[in-house]
Formats: sequence, C-alpha cells, structure tokens
Amino acid sequence: MSTTTTPVRPEADARDHHPAGQPARVSRGGFDPRLLWSSLPAAVRKLDPRTMVGSPVMFVVLIGSALTTVLAASHPADAFGWAIAGWLWLTVLFANLAEAVAEGRGRAQAASLRAARTDTVARRLSGRNGDEERVPGTALGVGDLVVCEAGDVIPGDGDVIEGVASVDESAITGESAPVIRESGGDRSAVTGGTRVLSDRITVRITTRPGETFLDRMIALVEGAARQKTPNEIALNILLASLTIVFLLAVVTLQPFAVHAGAEQSLVVLTALLVCLIPTTIGALLSAIGIAGMDRLVQRNVLATSGRAVEAAGDVSTLLLDKTGTITHGNRRATAFLPAAGVTEAELAEAAQLSSLADETPEGRSIVTLAVTGYGRPARDRDAVADADWVPFTAQTRMSGVDTGDRRIRKGAVGAVTGRVVELGGTVTDTTLGAVESISASGGTPLLVADGPRVLGVVHLKDVVKEGLRERFEQLRAMGIRTVMITGDNARTAKAIAAEAGVDDYLAEATPEDKMALIKREQAGGRLVAMTGDGTNDAPALAQADVGVAMNTGTSAAKEAGNMVDLDSDPTKLIDIVQIGKQLLITRGALTTFSIANDIAKYFAIIPAMFAVAYPGLDTLNIMRLSSPESAILSAVIFNALIVVALVPLALRGVAYRPMGADQLLSRNLGVFGLGGLVAPFVGIKAIDLVVSLLPGIG
Amino acid sequence: MSTPLADVLQISALVVALVLVHRPLGDYMAAVYSSRKHLRVERLIYRCVGADPDAEMRWPAYLRSVLAFSAVGVLFLYLLLRVQDLLPLSLGFAAIPADQAFNTAVSFVSNTNWQSYSGESAMGHLAQVGGLAVQNFVSAAVGMAVAVALVRGFARFRTGELGNFWTDLVRGTIRILLPIAALAAVVLVALGAIQNFSGGHDVTTVTGATQHITGGPVASQEAIKNLGTNGGGFYNANSAHPFENPDGISNLLEIFLLLVIPFSMPRTFGRMVGSVRQGYAIVAAMGVIWLAGVIAVTLMEHHAPGTASQAAGGGMEGKEQRFGIGGSSLFAVSTTMTSTGSINAFHDSFQGLSGGVLIFGMVLGEIAPGGVGSGLYGMLIMAVITVFIAGLMVGRTPEYLGKKIGTREIKLAACAILVSPALTLIGTALAMGLGDGEESMTNIGPHGFSEVLYAYASAANNNGSAFAGLAANTDFFNTTLGICMLLGRFLPMVFVLVLAGSLAEQRRVPVTAGTLGTHRPLFSGLLVATAVVVAGLTFFPALSLGPLAEGLSS
Repeated sequence: MSTTTTPVRPEADARDHHPAGQPARVSRGGFDPRLLWSSLPAAVRKLDPRTMVGSPVMFVVLIGSALTTVLAASHPADAFGWAIAGWLWLTVLFANLAEAVAEGRGRAQAASLRAARTDTVARRLSGRNGDEERVPGTALGVGDLVVCEAGDVIPGDGDVIEGVASVDESAITGESAPVIRESGGDRSAVTGGTRVLSDRITVRITTRPGETFLDRMIALVEGAARQKTPNEIALNILLASLTIVFLLAVVTLQPFAVHAGAEQSLVVLTALLVCLIPTTIGALLSAIGIAGMDRLVQRNVLATSGRAVEAAGDVSTLLLDKTGTITHGNRRATAFLPAAGVTEAELAEAAQLSSLADETPEGRSIVTLAVTGYGRPARDRDAVADADWVPFTAQTRMSGVDTGDRRIRKGAVGAVTGRVVELGGTVTDTTLGAVESISASGGTPLLVADGPRVLGVVHLKDVVKEGLRERFEQLRAMGIRTVMITGDNARTAKAIAAEAGVDDYLAEATPEDKMALIKREQAGGRLVAMTGDGTNDAPALAQADVGVAMNTGTSAAKEAGNMVDLDSDPTKLIDIVQIGKQLLITRGALTTFSIANDIAKYFAIIPAMFAVAYPGLDTLNIMRLSSPESAILSAVIFNALIVVALVPLALRGVAYRPMGADQLLSRNLGVFGLGGLVAPFVGIKAIDLVVSLLPGIG
Repeated sequence: MSTPLADVLQISALVVALVLVHRPLGDYMAAVYSSRKHLRVERLIYRCVGADPDAEMRWPAYLRSVLAFSAVGVLFLYLLLRVQDLLPLSLGFAAIPADQAFNTAVSFVSNTNWQSYSGESAMGHLAQVGGLAVQNFVSAAVGMAVAVALVRGFARFRTGELGNFWTDLVRGTIRILLPIAALAAVVLVALGAIQNFSGGHDVTTVTGATQHITGGPVASQEAIKNLGTNGGGFYNANSAHPFENPDGISNLLEIFLLLVIPFSMPRTFGRMVGSVRQGYAIVAAMGVIWLAGVIAVTLMEHHAPGTASQAAGGGMEGKEQRFGIGGSSLFAVSTTMTSTGSINAFHDSFQGLSGGVLIFGMVLGEIAPGGVGSGLYGMLIMAVITVFIAGLMVGRTPEYLGKKIGTREIKLAACAILVSPALTLIGTALAMGLGDGEESMTNIGPHGFSEVLYAYASAANNNGSAFAGLAANTDFFNTTLGICMLLGRFLPMVFVLVLAGSLAEQRRVPVTAGTLGTHRPLFSGLLVATAVVVAGLTFFPALSLGPLAEGLSS
C-alpha cells in the first residue's frame, strides 16, 4: 500500500500552485508498511491501562486479554485458551499500532521542524537609547524588540516594525525561494526559526517562547495537543453503548446456557464479547482523526484543532477572494479588436511592438497574445532599430515606442484619445463601442494608436483560473455555495462571477461587509469557510467556522484563523473541505463495516457454543467450520487481523469524490455495509482452514 | 376460497384500510395537537386540575408532569385494587394481594397491560371500568403526548418549549381516543361483543355441570384495549374469548384498531415538521418490518410439521377455529409489534421460529409500528441513531430534520435504546439464575426458556402479552416484571423528553445537496436495517437458545 497521490487532490490545483521543481515539504499521503514495525515500541507503551481507558471499546478488550491470560495460566495445558489470550493481546496491540503509526508519520515531520528550533541568540534592543544586548531566544518576552541581519535566525514570532528583508522560510514551508518581509502592510509577520538572507529588520516579538508558531506546529503534527473532536466523542459514546449492550448480552448468556445444559467457559464468553463489540472502529478511531489532521499537514495546511477539520466537512458556504483565488490576480490581454480599416495582424503587430519594453504583467501578456493567439513572430526589443521606448508614467498613463516614422502608443482610453485628438485624429464609434462592451464585461480596454491613427483596442481582463468552474460545480453537487468577494464594482464582479460559475458575489466588499455576510450566513445555520491574510481580515477569520490564514499574512490573521496555509494558496480551501468530509466518511464507513462484521461472527460462534446442547443450531454453521474451538479462534483471529488490514484505509481515508449525499451514501453502504457483511464470512472460513491444521484446535 | 388466498385478501384489506385511514387520521391528530382552541369540557378539566392549558413547558416541566401524573395513576390504581372488596360493584371478589396489585397498577399505567390475574375471576366492574379502563385511555394519551413533545422538539427552533402536557393529555383522550373508541365499541357490539353490567349467569352445560359466565362492559373496554395498544383483556382468554372477539370480522376490526394510531402517527409527525415525506419514510420502515413479520409467521404456521398439524392444514394448536391460521398469525404479529399485548391465540403454541418472530417483534423496542406514541418516539430515536452512522458516510456531521446530532443527542438516544435490552436480558438472567424461571415454566428445554424470555421482553417493552405457559403470579415475577414495566416505560420517556428539549433549542441547519435525504427510500431501508441489526445482534444469543434451538431442531 503505497501511493504517491491522495485521492482527493485534484490535479488542476497541483498544476496551478506547485510548479515543477518546487519541493513540497512532505511526501503526499501513502502508507509505508515499515512504519508498522518501527511503531511497535510506541504501541507497546500504549498498553498502559491509564492510556487505554480513553477508548472504552479497546479497554474492554484489554481487560479480556488479561482475564484470558490468567485463565490460560491456570490451565497451562489448554492450547485453545492460550491461543485466544494471545490473539486478544494482539488485537489490543494492533489497535495501539494503528494509533502509533498515525502519530509516527507526524513525528517524522516534527523532527524536521525541531531541527529549525535550534537555540538562537537574540539581539534585543533595550532601553530608550536602542542599545543592543545578546540574550538567549528563550528569554524573550512579548513586546521585546530584536534586530536581525543577514544570516541571523529570527528568534521568535513577531511583526517587522522597521526595514525590509528577504527571509528564507523553507524550514516551515518547504519553499526554497526567499520571501520578502517588510514593516507595515500585510507582509510584516515573521516566524521564529526562519533565516534572514539580506538586509536588516527590527522585529517586535508577539509570542512567548514555547508558544511560537513553530512550537504549536510541532505539537500539532506530533498529536500532543490532540483533543477528541465533538463528533469523535459522540461516536465514542455510541460505541460505548454498543459495548454495554454486548456486555449485557454475553454476561446474561451464562444463566441461559446453564439452563440449556451447555455452560460456557469464561474464555469462550470473553472471545464472544470481543468479537461482538465494535473493535474495528474502536481500534482505528483515533488513528482516523490523527491521519485526517496529517493529510492537511501533507498539504502544508496546519489546523489548530481537529474541531476545525470536522467543521470543514460541514461547511455550506465558501467565501472566496476574487483576486488570487478565482482569478490569477493580474489582468491579461485576451483579444485585439482592430478599428475600421485596420487588420487584426496590423493591430497585433503594433501592440506587440509597443509592449516589447513593457515589463508589467499586462505588457508581457500582450506580447504573448500576439505570438500565440495571432501568429506573430517573436521579436526581441534589441532587434528593433533606433527605437525610442516611451515608458509608462502615472501622468501620461500610456507607454509605447517611437521607431522610424511610427509613434505607437497604448494606454488608458482617455489618455490615448486625448493624444489622438490633439494630433488631429478621431476615435470612431465602432472603436468606442468595443471599448464600451469590454468595460461592460468587467474587462479593461487599452487603446492602441499610431500617431493620430487609432489602430484598435486591446481587451485586458482578469482571467479566471482554469478548471475552477468544474470545481464550483462539484461543490454545488456537494451542497456548498460559493460566494466571491471582490473590491470591484458590481458590474465587473457580476461578469467575473458569471464566468467563474460562483453562486453569488459580494462587490465593493469592505472587511465589515465580509463580516456581516458571515454573520448572516451563520444566522441561517450555515457554516462558513474563508481565507484571509490581512490584519483587517482577522475579525472575519475569527468569526468564520473555518478560517484559513495565509502564511504570508500578518500574525494577527494567523492568530485569528483556525488553520494556516503554509503555501498561501487560497484555492486550497476547497481541498480542506474535502479532507473534512473524507475524515467523517471514513469514520462512518468503518463503523458500518465493524457492525456488519458481527453478523458473520455470530454464525461462527453461536453454533460452536451451543450445537452440542441443541444439535439443530448446527444449521447456523453455514461456513461449515471444522470444530467449535477452531470456529471461535478463527473469529477472534479475523477480528484482530481486520484491524491491521484496515490501517492503510484509516490513514489514507476512504476515497472521496464530490457527489450528492444520496449517491455517496449508496456507494459507501455498498462497499462498507455489504462488504462488511460478506468479508468476515470469507475471512473466517479461510482462517479456519489454516487453524484446523493445528494440533489441539482442529 | 383457498386458505392462502383468504390470508392474502385479509392482509390486503387491512393494509388498504390502514393506507386509506392513516392520512386523514394523521392530519386530524396533527391538527388536534397544534390547535389553539379548547373545547368547553376541556376547559372544565383544566380548571379542575388547576392547569394553565396555554402555558408552554420546557422539558423539565413536561417530564415532571408526565411522571407526576403517572405516579398518581399507579397509586390510585393500587389502592383501588387493594380495597376492591369494600367498594360497590366488586361482584364479591376479594382485594388483590400487594404484589399483584403493584404489578397490575404498574402494568396498566405503563400501557403494558401484563395481566397476572384472570379478569373474570378477580376484578369487579368498578376496578375494570373505573381503574383499568381509565388507564387504558390515559396511559395511551401519555404515550402520544410524549411522542408529540419529541416531534415538537424536531419541528421547533431556538426555543426550549415543548408544548403543554396537560393539554396534550386531555386532547389526546377527548378528541382522539374517546370518539374512535366509542365508535369502535358500537361496531363491536353490533358484531356480537357483549356490553352490560350483569354480575354473570350460571348455566348448566350439556354434560350437566354448572358454569358461571361473567358478563360486563366488555365491548367498550375491548375498543380502547386495542386502540390504545393496551391489551389488557376483560377475560383471561383476552381476544380469543368470543364475548370479546366474536368472529373473523371483529377480529380484523380489532387488528385494525390496534394498528391504526401507531401507523397514523408518522403522518402526524410529517405534518408537524412540515414535510409529510419525512413521515412516509418512517411509516415505510415500520410497515416493512411489520409486513415481513406477518408473512413469516403466517407461512411458518401454515407449514407446521407433524401429522396432526398437516391434517388440520397447519399449526392449529392454541388457535381459535373462527380466526384460523391467517387471522391468528396476523393478530399475533400485530399485537407483539405494537406493544398491545392482547392475544387471540396462544403464542406458546406457535411454531418455535414463529415464537422467535413474536419475541423479536417486541425486542425491536416496539417500533414497527409500536405502541400509540411510544412507537413513533421509539422509531424516531432509531432514526437518530441511523442518521448518526449514515450521516457520517455522506461526509457531514450528522443532522436530522435540520437538527445536529451531536454528543448530547447521541448520548440521550443511546441511553433510550439501551433501556429495554438491559431490562429484558437482566430480568431473564435473574429469573434463570435464581431458579424462579425454571420453577414457573410449563415446558422444559428451549421452549421453557422462551416462556421466560418472552415474559421479560413483553414487560420491558410494555407489550403485555404472555407466551402463556409461564406461571407468572409469584412474588418474584410480579415484582421483577413490575419493575421492568415501570422502568421500560418511563426511563425512555425521560431520555426522549430531554432529547426533545435539546433538539428544540437548536437552530436550523439548512438542507443542501450535501445533506442526507431522510425522506428517501434508501433511508427507510437503512432504518429497517439498523433496527433489525441492533436488536438482532443484542438478542441473537438468547434467541438461539430459545426459539432458534427449538425451531431448527424440528
């Protein structure tokens, strides 16, 4: 069982945000069987009853194991008793192993993080005169000011209050490219353990030592800070009550059996009990939870609580920022609309020529469009003879080139029109019509002119990312509404919303509008997820049920949200929702599987116990198991082995594809309900064939 | 007409009648419980008991009222039975002994109607009419009130208010049970059931012996006995007695009466939560289980092995000739699955596996369709459990009817469904372990065990029918069965009302495409599976030593 991709990860987003060559911090998903072996010591340590009592189901198995061991020890010649005792211990051990393996995956990540948390020496500014003193990083308090220069490791989390520097954050994010951190604005947060590569900054420390982002991250991935989530607690209650029911059924069975003249040994009754209580889900429950958090970590998302991951599955409204999430964030040229009497090729050539020296994304996109969309040969700016490049300025609001007798300008419609009119030219109605329609669709028109002659219009627009429309459709099928948040005016917002396929939009949005929208959705009982990075996003991030802060954002934002995306990729919100759903589905599926298993176990054990007293009950032995001892032992062995067999599934999560609730339910019921019903019949029979060869059992 | 065809027609007629009646009756009940108007007679009652009929109650107040009313009911009935000999219309019967009086009082107040006495030779008319029949009405109305409170818990948002117990109780009695029971009683009299206040007649039989035949207000009690899923017969022979149940038509009418309210309540539920389709999903699950039971038992009784049985055309031992196998099987399954407990044949004499189906019908928790009220709230609790597991499988934390099923809800639902298995198993184990069980059995081996298991299943699930054969009028059985009836009725009510309160406080979670559709056939199927698997897993070992051992050996 080793996969390199997790099933929920859509390729579209991987393509968009992980250009080849950038290392992801951890390998994605997968389960290495060697982990089972290396986690064994941890699993044995977990046998401590004080730890076990947290899982009522497995605690009962632990008691059963101890009891059968004592019983076996009192009849040392009873091979059957020893075999049952041994397999019961294995059942407990396998459960612990599942949890240990899940935690072990986190521990490897924690180790690499810990390496970043070396003891640093901080250069603290003390007093009013700004003297520097060298203190250990652990001695820093909130509000202290420290200085970091090129080569220094930043001693703690904080905000840059002075200066600008490039910082290597690869220890946290795995991204090798340095990032810029500067005072003021939304890129002021720095993280302890990262290294300044250039320049000098002054940082105000915002967290106490031991509570830094890195510390919290280590605790999270190690599972040390793990608390049971509400749904996990509820499921545990259900499992505990099932355990009580089966305990009653087994304990009260003895007087009935006595009446039937078929008194049962304690070993057999214990075996029956362990087979009936939902050990499969009981053993895997905490591993599922840890693995769910872990799947987020693998995508470089840190959730501060498991509760947030669960909430993600319930989200019914997604607030998505337009810029960066829905669109690429910078406008691109998408079409050349020539004026009357001008060919497309002519306009494309002029636009390309005028943009050769334009290094803005818009300028480069014009060059690209001319080459790829209009078949123009690629040109180099240095190859243009005696060119006089006119750069863009805020005053002229246009740029261009003077070469030979050509005076090409492109720029804002008003500015270029003014120049054309000044030179004695006119702008025709068709051109104005094109300008108008581009504006109406939410795009930006650029006018291109050669001297007084208008050549045409370049259509710039904020391009919606590929594949998003499909993803929004999937979200709709999952019952999730998408709302686009943008500072654009309503007309532009409407056009982009329609193009991207979101359900709704909030135009000219202020942070207050955003907050109000979240509250309105929540008042209707909907759970809201959003991303944010700025300090002014912080209140909304705190209010949202799932608030994903971008790692590039301010520390206020990171503090307010309940998840941090180290890649700062807002599109990942959709993945987070799917991971939340996958976590819940895995729990439900394995619970169903576990309960469905019991039916076959009854057909194995009940005839084994009572067919001697009431031969008619042998009819129930539909698996034709070879002997009563072999039947009971086979059921116990199956019960233990199924835990190990399902560890990879628990860690990986049930495959999830976005679809409506009813399809999802029928599919999972088919696989795990029906599968859970049939699998043990096959499994127990197969084990019986082997076990019956053993002397003293078969 | 061939017997199988007659059976099919009989079952079809019953199903058609239920389908036709459940809509108007369900709608009517929803209107009754939602109405703001009070009848004059109701106002009078409220004034007498000092209740404010318009005051909304939160769950603690509602629960207090249920328990207080029932406690007073038990006490009153107990005293009435203890001093019966001093009161008029006693027909000369002595006071009922303490343990039996306790058992009987609990039995009638808890809507169980387990009878460890013989009606015609122990109870005077005053006890029958003023004590037992009154409880037949009000205990049923209490069950309906609790069910309606739970439905309001689902239907209401962001309030803790569950309605008013006294209003629900009085309306259920006066507007629902009384009129239907009165109508049914008249029809029963027309069909030949007796209705008088006679002290009985002494007649000389053909062989010359003298026999005392007790008369009494039988038809009126018969109607509410079935309508309120009570089951306590005027005569020991219960609905097998010709004065209670004269012929095949009256038999079908009685089966109809005991099924009609339980099968109509899901419609009431659907109306009150604003989606009748939610009600259909519940009633479908109930109907599937009931019909499967009817078909199974009818088939097994027809194919009873043995020369005598085959000569008689099936297992006719313990059945009335005038009802035949079809009428008896239909009655037996309906009575055990509705918590009614009236019988028209000896369940003890059914085939081993049929007996297993009857016991299984009870240990399901009386949900298919269950008792009046208790069936609906039992099934809704099962739906909560089903939603919890299935809801996870659609990738959301579970919700039902716009309410989140969280830790508190699942805790309460789990406690509610734990009660009856615990009581049944512990009670049976005590009886078997202490030897009281074996002493009272008529049969040995698995069948004897079935008698004891049946008794506790019947008491803990408030059914009240007996497998017969078990001599249950002992201190041990009167007391332990009494405790089972008491806890089996009122403990789940406690959990149900707390759950209702907790649900009513929640805000609404809107329905989206990602929400589990609890109004679809898939959910009904899942509900059936959950109910059957949970009860099946719990009781498989016990059933295997009783009915299964017996049935599979033959």
